[in-house]
Amino acid sequence: MRPIATTRSASGTPTGRLAVWWVIASEIVIFGGLLASYIMFRLSHPEWAEYASHTNTWIGAFNTFVLLTSSLSAVLAHQAAEAGNGKKAAKLLYWTMLGGITFAVVKGFEWNMEISHGFTISSNGFWSFYYTAAGLHALHVIAGVVIMGIVAQTAKQNLELHRVELIGIYWHFVDLVWIFLFPLLYIAK
Amino acid sequence: MSEHAHPNYFKIWAWLLVLLSISVAGPMLEIPVVTLITAFGIAIVKAYLVARNFMHLNVEKKYVVYLLTTMVVFMLLFFAGAAPDVMNQEGDQWYKPKVEAEAAATPHH
Amino acid sequence: MAEHAGEAAHGHDGHHEMSFWSKYVFSTDHKIIGMQYMFTGMAMALIGGFMAYVFRMQLAFPGEAVPGFGGVSPADYNSLITNHGTIMIFWVAMPVLIAGFGNFLIPLMIGCDDMVFPKINRLSYQIFLLSAIVLIVSFFVQGGGFGGAWTAYPPLSAKAEYSLTPLGSTLWLVAVALEFVAFLLGGINFVTTTMNSRAPGMKMYDIPMVIWMIVVASILFMASVGPLIAGAVMLFMDQNVGTGFFDPGKGGDPILWQHLFWFFGHPEVYVVLLPAMGIVADIMTVFSRKKLFAYRTVLYTVFGTGVLSFTVWAHHQFIAGVDPRMAHIFTITTLLISVPIAEMCFVYIATLYGGSIQLSTPMLWALAFLAEFLIGGVTGIFLGASGADVYFHDTYFVLAHFHYTFFPIAIIGVFAGITYWFPKMFGRHLSEFWGKVHFWGTIVAFNCIFIPLFMLGAAGQHRRIYNYNHFPDLATPELQRLRVIATSALLVMLAFQAVFLINFFYSLFKGKKAEKNPYNANTLEWTAASPPPHGNWAELPRVYRGPYEYSHPDRDTDYWPQNEPN
Repeated sequence: MRPIATTRSASGTPTGRLAVWWVIASEIVIFGGLLASYIMFRLSHPEWAEYASHTNTWIGAFNTFVLLTSSLSAVLAHQAAEAGNGKKAAKLLYWTMLGGITFAVVKGFEWNMEISHGFTISSNGFWSFYYTAAGLHALHVIAGVVIMGIVAQTAKQNLELHRVELIGIYWHFVDLVWIFLFPLLYIAK
Repeated sequence: MSEHAHPNYFKIWAWLLVLLSISVAGPMLEIPVVTLITAFGIAIVKAYLVARNFMHLNVEKKYVVYLLTTMVVFMLLFFAGAAPDVMNQEGDQWYKPKVEAEAAATPHH
Repeated sequence: MAEHAGEAAHGHDGHHEMSFWSKYVFSTDHKIIGMQYMFTGMAMALIGGFMAYVFRMQLAFPGEAVPGFGGVSPADYNSLITNHGTIMIFWVAMPVLIAGFGNFLIPLMIGCDDMVFPKINRLSYQIFLLSAIVLIVSFFVQGGGFGGAWTAYPPLSAKAEYSLTPLGSTLWLVAVALEFVAFLLGGINFVTTTMNSRAPGMKMYDIPMVIWMIVVASILFMASVGPLIAGAVMLFMDQNVGTGFFDPGKGGDPILWQHLFWFFGHPEVYVVLLPAMGIVADIMTVFSRKKLFAYRTVLYTVFGTGVLSFTVWAHHQFIAGVDPRMAHIFTITTLLISVPIAEMCFVYIATLYGGSIQLSTPMLWALAFLAEFLIGGVTGIFLGASGADVYFHDTYFVLAHFHYTFFPIAIIGVFAGITYWFPKMFGRHLSEFWGKVHFWGTIVAFNCIFIPLFMLGAAGQHRRIYNYNHFPDLATPELQRLRVIATSALLVMLAFQAVFLINFFYSLFKGKKAEKNPYNANTLEWTAASPPPHGNWAELPRVYRGPYEYSHPDRDTDYWPQNEPN
């Protein structure tokens, strides 16, 4: 039996969604602090532009495409869940998960290639930020995929359909972070 | 949020991909100002599209938008307070050593 | 919740027997989780207090073996002061004030049966417990516990060849990071519970002040800790992977850590201050039988303080080589933030004015909070002014200043809360007499510890020095006498804590039984049984008015509970 506390909604926003917004608020300052530090260093070290020129824009762009597309399937899953179609929502969530896994695999090959060319996390400040920021983001991607798997499992049985929207919001946020990481780490050279 | 009409998500996705192509193409003109605009200006537009349409901030309660904006403002504040020190390369009694030696050591391919 | 399946959340007659483990260890009940936080915090306070005892003994009687510890090496000393600070802030003030009281009070005072995410709440405590264990383990690894001060400035914290604690510094960092995760989970729970699960009829301005303050503190924590989490990741990489985020030799910058740390560190002061101020507000209204003076003004002041607290952080770095122009700005904002805090103190005094004041133990603690915190606040003015800070920085003046703020918060405020809500938590009364003995013993001894330290600081004694005999200017008999006075007073104060512990545990089992509402208070927790059962009320209350309607002229009784229709 759920506590009655979980059924109330004095603010008008459902509790689950409210909590996700607070999670995102606290994530904004985590990534914000890291990226603010990176931008300060980047602006005061013109030589980092040279280091950055070794990143592969095409791989970054491909991963951006993958994440943007997975965001589309996440929002379509939300739409299906709202219409009460748990099966369809679950299927779209699986597509989203596939996007997340593709992202992580591509990232793995990309890092492998860069490390084999001698660009490691301790090479210099730029590469330290490159691996730390993208790594922290990749952890969020992986966590999102795992949670999405759990949500899809219940959604398939038409249970807890509101969770589809919650994981979707989180997924769009992960997408949003990448939208900023992409120009910061790949395009600005 | 079942009351609101769903926007055409495919259309927004198509817009996002167009913007992505522009931001990849921008640096090819090799004009720094254009690169800055196509990289970061477009990132902001993309972020706006995702936040507004995919995260449904357009139909969410206003205080959520204010909350998230406040967090971003705090980060700008942090940047404003820290950058004058961190970006300063030389003080009266100290300097940060340049690390060109290491730059030279970075392998090229 | 799985383990309470079959138990109706609203009709609480159908209690089935739960095993000790599911009732006290793996419970999702907010009251039990609050107690877990509180008892863990108290255990950590004993460890932190023991550390203070060891290093104060070393300072008063340098080189002599400390009873119960033995000889104190320089590395021991560094590790002791570092972990004393870390424990008292992150493992005592935060868990007891925010998580302990927050968990126990929020559902009870807003009239619902539990937190909105009971399982996340339990997870939050488990992560917190893990963080405490990691910290304690770090004292015993090779090289000993981290000794680079609780602020962990690089390069000392980043390089094992400087800190000499290769494992200790990493474990310390991991423990602090885990603790942040625990409080983020807890904070989100507090905020959403208060926003969404209030009793029907409870409007924004009907929420008791202590709940408001815990919620605002949780929000401040969430908004400020992010950069430090990012910084902790970067420092971890610097320690273990060979990056150079904070190493100028590799293009990094140690000052960046100071900014990341204090951007969190200063709001953190208000994160722990506000719940204590809230506890004091509630106690003062009950024991002066008066309405809280200017409820809305206090609330707006709290919001203002919260926002301002994000603009003052660099006053900790005035002598770190920061841009002098920035120092001007941070001096102004720092002096500004004393205005709302002073205003709150005045408002509290105005609440007392003309009331029928009853000097019970919780009230004594509440009054002492105001008096002692004022000293801490006023001495902060000197340190906030960049000119004066150039002299005072890193002296015992700073140390005494922040102990005059943190002691009222983490010790006086906590004792006020514990003595006030003890009947509700455990269904029994503490002894008033021994409570007062403990109060006077603690307060007098506290002042005797830290007033000498103010004098030492003004005389130029620097912090974080193992043995002042190595500094001829500071090794004078006059200064040494002050050190001995402070240490003796500490021994007295620690001895008086035994009075509290005996009173606490004796009353827990043998104290006088408490009725529902022993203080004739208005807020909702006093309408539940003492102690409240799982689910808190048989029928959840409705709210008709604000929490502070004491001595209303139209009423025969001098209180008017929030849940009474008229």
